[in-house]
Amino acid sequence: MALDQSFIGRAYPPGTPYQVSREKIAEFVRAIGDTSKLSRDPGVARAAGHADVVAPPTFLTILTLGVIDILANDPDLGLDYGRMVHGDQSFTHHRPVTAGDRLTAATTIEDIMARAGNDFLTVRVEVADDAGEPVCTAKAQLVVRGEDA
Amino acid sequence: MNNLAKGVEKGTELPPLAVDVTRADLVRYAGASLDFNPIHWSDRVATSVGLPGVIAHGMYTMALANRMVTEWAGDATRVLSCSARFTRPVVVPDDDQGARVDFSGKVTDVTDGIATVAITAKFDGKTVLAKATAHVRV
Repeated sequence: MALDQSFIGRAYPPGTPYQVSREKIAEFVRAIGDTSKLSRDPGVARAAGHADVVAPPTFLTILTLGVIDILANDPDLGLDYGRMVHGDQSFTHHRPVTAGDRLTAATTIEDIMARAGNDFLTVRVEVADDAGEPVCTAKAQLVVRGEDA
Repeated sequence: MNNLAKGVEKGTELPPLAVDVTRADLVRYAGASLDFNPIHWSDRVATSVGLPGVIAHGMYTMALANRMVTEWAGDATRVLSCSARFTRPVVVPDDDQGARVDFSGKVTDVTDGIATVAITAKFDGKTVLAKATAHVRV
């Protein structure tokens, strides 16, 4: 069943702030085989002018993935999680993310479109720091495959 | 940093990256990224939803693509934005060899000190990412 287009514009408030740690950045870069000392050694990162070790470009997937749970848990939206796949993803960084950041993610459904029996949701996540300053704008397209598609 | 010092212009090619993705890599990435969708570790679940078997996280492939970019740029914070469409799955066999994914990148534009890098990711001879792009301060 097609998703209700009246959900376009629906906003979900940010949840509990996420504390970015050196350990999580180290774990993430290890998982992707990234050997940059800027992400592993606080001394090297500071010498290069950063506040602390830096997160790689897609690190904030840790926050933006949670959005899928928020949408899947909205009973009114009626998203079928088992039929959903990730269509596309983008991150526009307004400033670097480093260890020590406390971040929140506010979600808005930007668009809902039905095509060839599938539903396409475009979701925007605004990641901000403790001071409310913008850190990153992430966008994802989620595709919910139709029963017959 | 060294790479950028060599000069960046339209047509500049990034050093390519080849990664053999194994099941162990997917487990490690699942933990690191907090993406525990079972299609990335359970053949039973993956085949039940019509996939040929366990597939890599699209975000893992995107992360590797951007690792190529950050290794070239010398500093992850030079990547101002990145995006990709997930068009084909990377099927990862349960063996020690894994699935070979080949990444390449080319600068398609440089404007106001920002290079646009077009990224290609290939598995089994076919592209798995579309419109994969990074904007890099150079």
